[in-house]
Amino acid sequence: MTRARVLIRPKEGILDPQGQTVERALPALGFEGVGHVRVGRLVELEVDDVSQVAEMCEKLLANPLIEDYEIVELDPAAA
Amino acid sequence: MKFGVVRFPGSCDEVDALQACARYGDAELLWHGDADLRGVDAVVVPGGFSYGDYLRVGAIARFSPVMGEVARFARGGGPVLGICNGFQVLCEAGLLPGALLPNTGLRFLCRRVEIVVERAGTAFTRACAEGERLSIPVKHTTGRWWAPPDVAASVEASGQVALRYAPGQNPNGSLGDVAGVANEAGNVLGLMPHPEHAVDPLTGSADGGRLFESLAAAVPA
Repeated sequence: MTRARVLIRPKEGILDPQGQTVERALPALGFEGVGHVRVGRLVELEVDDVSQVAEMCEKLLANPLIEDYEIVELDPAAA
Repeated sequence: MKFGVVRFPGSCDEVDALQACARYGDAELLWHGDADLRGVDAVVVPGGFSYGDYLRVGAIARFSPVMGEVARFARGGGPVLGICNGFQVLCEAGLLPGALLPNTGLRFLCRRVEIVVERAGTAFTRACAEGERLSIPVKHTTGRWWAPPDVAASVEASGQVALRYAPGQNPNGSLGDVAGVANEAGNVLGLMPHPEHAVDPLTGSADGGRLFESLAAAVPA
């Protein structure tokens, strides 16, 4: 089994109102110098064959029309 | 003329859709788990929160057994109307162009809007006149239609935008004020407003009935 993490976020150029809202909220709490906030989704899974995860993303985990995805294989010791 | 209205776990507007259809023809519910359209002449994919909107709106529903049959029916030219969550499902299924994103204001919206009939010739709008305004409610959180620039340009150029929010009334930031978009062949239409909630003057408007009336007229009795 391999443990993998899939990070899914709105594609560049697509308005992300959640990201914008967070970006506006942080300075209100005193955190200055924050920009380009994007809010996405995280999927963690254990798979027999990690090479299939990209296809899983294309078909279900992400909508490639509007979202980018990034697959991170997790070190079993760290997971 | 028989309408079929799909019911998914989490659908909530299927009964209103069924009653709207029943004003213009026979109508029955189609269960998501049955790969069978029971010989209906038109399919309505209704609003709601199919499969709890888990993962992404419409993402799971598109894989349900009934959707394989809906896709086959659509490819064969059968009329399919997707309303709100149904629109989202049809986009996820690749039967309609683009996708639905969260409203720019991030809020759930529930209000009446005016939409303009951009194309009157379709199976869904033949009872309407071009440029006619319809008063129909919207109620959604994820209704901002979006498509990549090349797709959006081709959708506009080929006249697939059947319904547009009236100027100044775009509630969700939808690209090009798109309220309803059809496939290239014109037999599949998705829209965010809810025509099934506007079929009786008692609830404020009967304008939504025109879409069901159009569909009933599109299919030979």
